[in-house]
Amino acid sequence: MLVEILFYIFATLLVAGALGVITARNPVYSVLFLVFCFVNSAAIWLLVEAEFLAIVLVLVYVGAVMVLFLFVVMMLDINLAEIRQGFTRFAWLGWITALAVIAEITGVIWRNGLGGVDVGRGFVSEPANYSNTLELGRVLYTHYAYPFELAAVLLVVAIVAAIALTLRRRPGLKVQDISRQVAVRAEDRLRVVKVSAEKRS
Amino acid sequence: MPDTMMNLHSIAAAVPEIYLTAAICIVLLFEAFVGAKRPGATGTLTLLVLVVGAALTVAYADVAHRVVLFDGTYVADPLAYVLKLAGFLAVAVALLYSRAYLQNRDILKGEYYVLSLSALLGIFVLISANSLLTVYLGVELLALSVYAMVAFDRESGVAAEAAMKYFVLGAIASGMLLYGMSIVYGLTGTLNLDGIAVALSAPHNLGVILGLTFIVVAVAFKLGAVPFHMWLPDVYDGAPTSVTLFIGTAPKLGYFALALRLLAHGLAGVTVDWTAMLAPLAVLTLVVGNVVAIAQTNIKRMLAYSTISHVGFILLGFVAGTVNGYGAALYYTLVYVLMALGFFGVVILASRKGFEADKLEHYKGLYRRDPLLALAMAMLMFSTAGVPPFVGFWAKLRIIQALWETQHLWLVVTAVVMSVVGAFYYLRVVKLMYFDEAPESLPDTVRSFGVRFALGVNAAAVLVLGILPAPLLDLCARVIH
Repeated sequence: MLVEILFYIFATLLVAGALGVITARNPVYSVLFLVFCFVNSAAIWLLVEAEFLAIVLVLVYVGAVMVLFLFVVMMLDINLAEIRQGFTRFAWLGWITALAVIAEITGVIWRNGLGGVDVGRGFVSEPANYSNTLELGRVLYTHYAYPFELAAVLLVVAIVAAIALTLRRRPGLKVQDISRQVAVRAEDRLRVVKVSAEKRS
Repeated sequence: MPDTMMNLHSIAAAVPEIYLTAAICIVLLFEAFVGAKRPGATGTLTLLVLVVGAALTVAYADVAHRVVLFDGTYVADPLAYVLKLAGFLAVAVALLYSRAYLQNRDILKGEYYVLSLSALLGIFVLISANSLLTVYLGVELLALSVYAMVAFDRESGVAAEAAMKYFVLGAIASGMLLYGMSIVYGLTGTLNLDGIAVALSAPHNLGVILGLTFIVVAVAFKLGAVPFHMWLPDVYDGAPTSVTLFIGTAPKLGYFALALRLLAHGLAGVTVDWTAMLAPLAVLTLVVGNVVAIAQTNIKRMLAYSTISHVGFILLGFVAGTVNGYGAALYYTLVYVLMALGFFGVVILASRKGFEADKLEHYKGLYRRDPLLALAMAMLMFSTAGVPPFVGFWAKLRIIQALWETQHLWLVVTAVVMSVVGAFYYLRVVKLMYFDEAPESLPDTVRSFGVRFALGVNAAAVLVLGILPAPLLDLCARVIH
């Protein structure tokens, strides 16, 4: 019962946050709303005992991806008025598409039901020693070992490509050379000068 | 779980991919520690890697039957074996040709070789894909490597523009592919291509056709079929010629495998539908490719449109929808890769430091300046035009035969007429080289013996395979069944 109540609270907040994402006029608010959505989704995932996914969602999406989004949105100087101009011209097309999709989804559910999914079933809790992380790992490293490794190669290629395209070694740049800084000896920098004492006149 | 237990022996058929992944890491480390001090060393190592890879493939991946590995996500069969060997060969030859070119433009960097190898890995993944998931990963691995290669020359604004176009349009195509895949997955309940084939052989939901449409669009985009071809001339023209040589050759093997695995195998249950979709695409591709190529003054653009017209022929092989048709398409793909290596190789060899031989007029009087290069180019152009006894003739003939067997008379007529149209601009290059005077003093062509010898062998292969077509034709017929 408690789980159901919590679910509805988080779900309501999630939907409200999602509406906020698309209605907020300021892109920074949109990004913050999206962060809010992610946190709520993570909470819902916790409720269905998918704690690994929940933590990853918070760590990766909220912690890294959305922060990057915020940076980009704040750094880009976007003229909102210019973008909005002419936006409403195509609004009717958006409305028609949205209504058509809603009609299709409703029609399919009306005719076929939910394809055997029992929505009234509620949450079924797993036994106490169930580990979501273990189950995920078990699938990833057996059935999906090959695609999983390929995804890893894809990330390596992305890094190599990004570095190859952006790293420039221009001459005359004032950069720190850590190994040279560490290897420096006292006599390179410090000159001890003998000054003979002078007689007070 | 006994079905997921693997030992080293059972995954021997996957040696090409495993080896290549390890080789990418080694080349990357080598570049970081050695290659940065000795430019060119990484290139030599990469060529060595490719030779060893081909040898390992011959030793381990030459399977007699279909072997499915990694829980159904990977397939090794004789077709994959042939395509992978061709992939090793094509990349090795492309890198061999482009070395001097890269050096002259200060882009002889280790990352270029790492990206070529990762693109080759993407091609292999596509060739051996047996699941929608692996198909998608292969497409992305190949595409990501190639986008970066197109933009590799950072000083060139045209290359950056081409890479941007390629990237954005490629992302749209990937989106299309994912849409189609998710619909097919939703309706069949499996990602496995064997499973999808079984599910579609029974009476199935009409929604599959919707998913199929998206997949056909994505495949057409990746191959460069009209009307999804807009990126191709810009990318071929804008990219450094060595990259044009690369993307014009080896990836075609991967995209051929993509079409074959997805359409001819996984979606075999709806063959009637996708052949009906591909037929108009193929006709449009032939017409637009050949007609627009006539108007080009830039040889890279002309060859790009020529590529489009060849894609039309390959698609016609699929339109036939029979084993003979697929065999003909495979033969055409292999022959096209061989010819494309040759003619882009000539464009590279005719270019020097600070001079790009990318205009048609740069080839005027090439015969007097460099008779051997002109002879090689002439042989390649005759072959591409489909003149016997060169190998291009047999490739076109096989496609037309396959279409004839399946009663596609109109398509046969279109293919023949468009071949004649295409012959015009190929032979124009020959005319420019042999009968026109060189307009002004142009820089010398590349004279280094190794590369010229390789190009000579390449051009000779076009003639020899044309005189003795039987072995390769039999091979193509044997591996597709």
